[in-house]
Amino acid sequence: MRILMMILFASSLYAQAPSASAPPGDAQNGRKLFENFGCYQCHGREAQGGLGTGPRLGPKPIAFAAVQRYIRQPTGQMPPYTAKVVSDKDLADIYAFLQSVKQPPPLKEIPLLRNSRTTDSPQGAALRRSPFV
Amino acid sequence: MASKKTASPKNASVGRRNFLKGTAGGAAALLAASHPASAQQAEAVRSSAAAPVVTQERDPSPSVEVLTGDNPGSDFMVDVLKGLGFEYIFANPGSSFRGLHESFVNYGGNKNPEFITCCHEESSVAMAHGYSKVEGKPLLVMAHGTVGLQHASMAVYNAYVDRAPIFMVIGNTIDAATRRPGVEWAHSVQDAAGLVRDFTKWDDMPVSLQHFAESAVRAYKIATTPPTMPVLLVADGDLQETPMRPGERPHIPKITLASPPQGDSGAVAEAARLLVAAENPVIIADRCARTPAGLKLLVELAETLQAPVINQYGRMNFPSAHPLNQTERSRGLIANADVILGLEVWDFWGTVNDFRDQLHRTSRPMVKPNAKLISISATDLNTRSNYQDFQRFADLDLSMAADSEATLPALIEACKRQLTADRKRNLEERAKKLVDAKRQAHERLLTEASYAWDASPISTARMAMEIWAQVKDKDWSLVSNNAWPQRLWSFDKHYQYIGGAGGAGVGYGAPAALGAAVANKKHGRLSISIQNDGDLMYAPGVLWTSAHHSIPLLSVMHNNRAYHQEVMHLQRMANRHQRGITTAEIGTTLKNPNIDYAAMARSMGVHGEGPITDPNDLGPALKRALEAVSRGEPALVDVVTQPR
Repeated sequence: MRILMMILFASSLYAQAPSASAPPGDAQNGRKLFENFGCYQCHGREAQGGLGTGPRLGPKPIAFAAVQRYIRQPTGQMPPYTAKVVSDKDLADIYAFLQSVKQPPPLKEIPLLRNSRTTDSPQGAALRRSPFV
Repeated sequence: MASKKTASPKNASVGRRNFLKGTAGGAAALLAASHPASAQQAEAVRSSAAAPVVTQERDPSPSVEVLTGDNPGSDFMVDVLKGLGFEYIFANPGSSFRGLHESFVNYGGNKNPEFITCCHEESSVAMAHGYSKVEGKPLLVMAHGTVGLQHASMAVYNAYVDRAPIFMVIGNTIDAATRRPGVEWAHSVQDAAGLVRDFTKWDDMPVSLQHFAESAVRAYKIATTPPTMPVLLVADGDLQETPMRPGERPHIPKITLASPPQGDSGAVAEAARLLVAAENPVIIADRCARTPAGLKLLVELAETLQAPVINQYGRMNFPSAHPLNQTERSRGLIANADVILGLEVWDFWGTVNDFRDQLHRTSRPMVKPNAKLISISATDLNTRSNYQDFQRFADLDLSMAADSEATLPALIEACKRQLTADRKRNLEERAKKLVDAKRQAHERLLTEASYAWDASPISTARMAMEIWAQVKDKDWSLVSNNAWPQRLWSFDKHYQYIGGAGGAGVGYGAPAALGAAVANKKHGRLSISIQNDGDLMYAPGVLWTSAHHSIPLLSVMHNNRAYHQEVMHLQRMANRHQRGITTAEIGTTLKNPNIDYAAMARSMGVHGEGPITDPNDLGPALKRALEAVSRGEPALVDVVTQPR
């Protein structure tokens, strides 16, 4: 019975599939909701993503419809945020926040990353014997 | 007889040792010992076993009490334990091992082993856990047999799951007739080791010094034979404190460590055949490299096969920047593999299956139906039933109950024998593709690290790279378990990484880092720990221990002001129940008031910096902290961070 209820609920959500374009939202409120609803826990306070917890969501988020669909009925590990706890208006605000996230500086302007290793140290290289490296 | 009239506690103690021997002899001996006639015989034994001081007094007055004695049993115990090569004892002091403690300090000169004062028994064991993974051998931990071991038990469990050797000696007083009233009764137990027997490899309660010597050597051998695990000896209070008989010198057996178990030759040949023939083999290493040799051997196997390696970070298995280290691509590689070789993989099932933690828990295989799964694991040699750390049963095609590191030489040779010139050319083509894929994966990773680069709270990627900039040219050792350094730092030495807690018991991180730093100290290495805030709050006394013993360690707080894993779990439950999705921080966070870790560190004699909230302040703070560490001091930098 419980499973049947779940299927019916999921079907009703799917039937109300949102339009592809994002509704207008309040980015400032979206940032607050992103914190209050716990989105930050897996995706970081700047939506930058967390290793092993959740992917980066912004800037340039995927289409609103896809975000909404996944939040309501996630196919992976993410816990569902149903309409009972997060309204479509709240989602629109959160999406506006994701759109507002600024691009980071290019890698070439971040010396700590630009100078990161792409090959290992001489000691590490000494471990290797293959001709291709 | 002179000694017959002497009813001193010490003489009674001598009787206690013989009482213990009697218990070992069986119930009949125990009953006989309580009979008056037998008691007289026991007095006669006491006479011959009396301490030198007693024998010198030919006709002591009954009013003269013998209060001193030479050559306590604990001195001999020290001889035995020194012979096992322990550098340190990690312990919080306890009366049930006061004899042994005193002997280590005075008879043993507090050197090899040196007593390191710990503020909690859980810290003592976790410190030994961290030490063992750097130094490759167990360290001595002492604790009360009751309350001390109860404190220590979670750390023992972590070490057990992590297959790390720990050598514990716990104090206990088995003879009820001679216990001090009150506390000593509360600190005595019939079966002290029973508390942790489910997650130790072996234990014993010696009833004589000869027994102690043999069991100590046996325990060391068992602990260090793969699968390596904690062992425990009970040091009876009587045995510790009773003087030895004149001339008594029990034999200390020679320690000869067992060679680790190697895979069956037929199974090794079959594994080599599958790996050489595979188009898309994958090597997965978890707790594979027990020693530096294991790291080199895994490089040799991977290069022989030109096969990608996925490091599950149980140990420092494989150089992070090696072109065949394809950890970042693990999911795709596993899904596309035709042969997977798992080396001491803790959770093989979880490695090759997807599992969803939703209301209805579901799973599906990640691997191709015809993929061949090969496991080499010493854990198969010692699996217990009660604690369920053995994970879900995996559908393996070939399973060797053997130590991976010990089996690698034979497997490498078997692979080389089966490789033809044509096959080698094919493998090199495969390798070129892997090199290119790694380069692309690394670029993607750097890009991901750049997001939230200037954010406050500070991103964990930024924190990792700020530290890296300061330490990369030093002889460093990361003594904590952190995601971004695994991906962005260049690891190529075995001591540069020590894996995780094993049993995921929080409270491991700070003491394990300190124990590893103790091991690194004599090598002059810079120990770095990225320290979780919730973990440090379990037993912050390790900060004092680090200052008191001048153990150089740079601790950089990953201060997200929460038990963040639990925040996420609570959120999951609220979402599942469609209610209260804004309350996940109740009971899961460490806010209001915020904890000032730098002040906490300073209060215990540790150099403290922070809290750092502006990423631009982090580099200078790290430099100042490293100056303190370079003087041989511990230092802590409190960094307020993003959650993960």
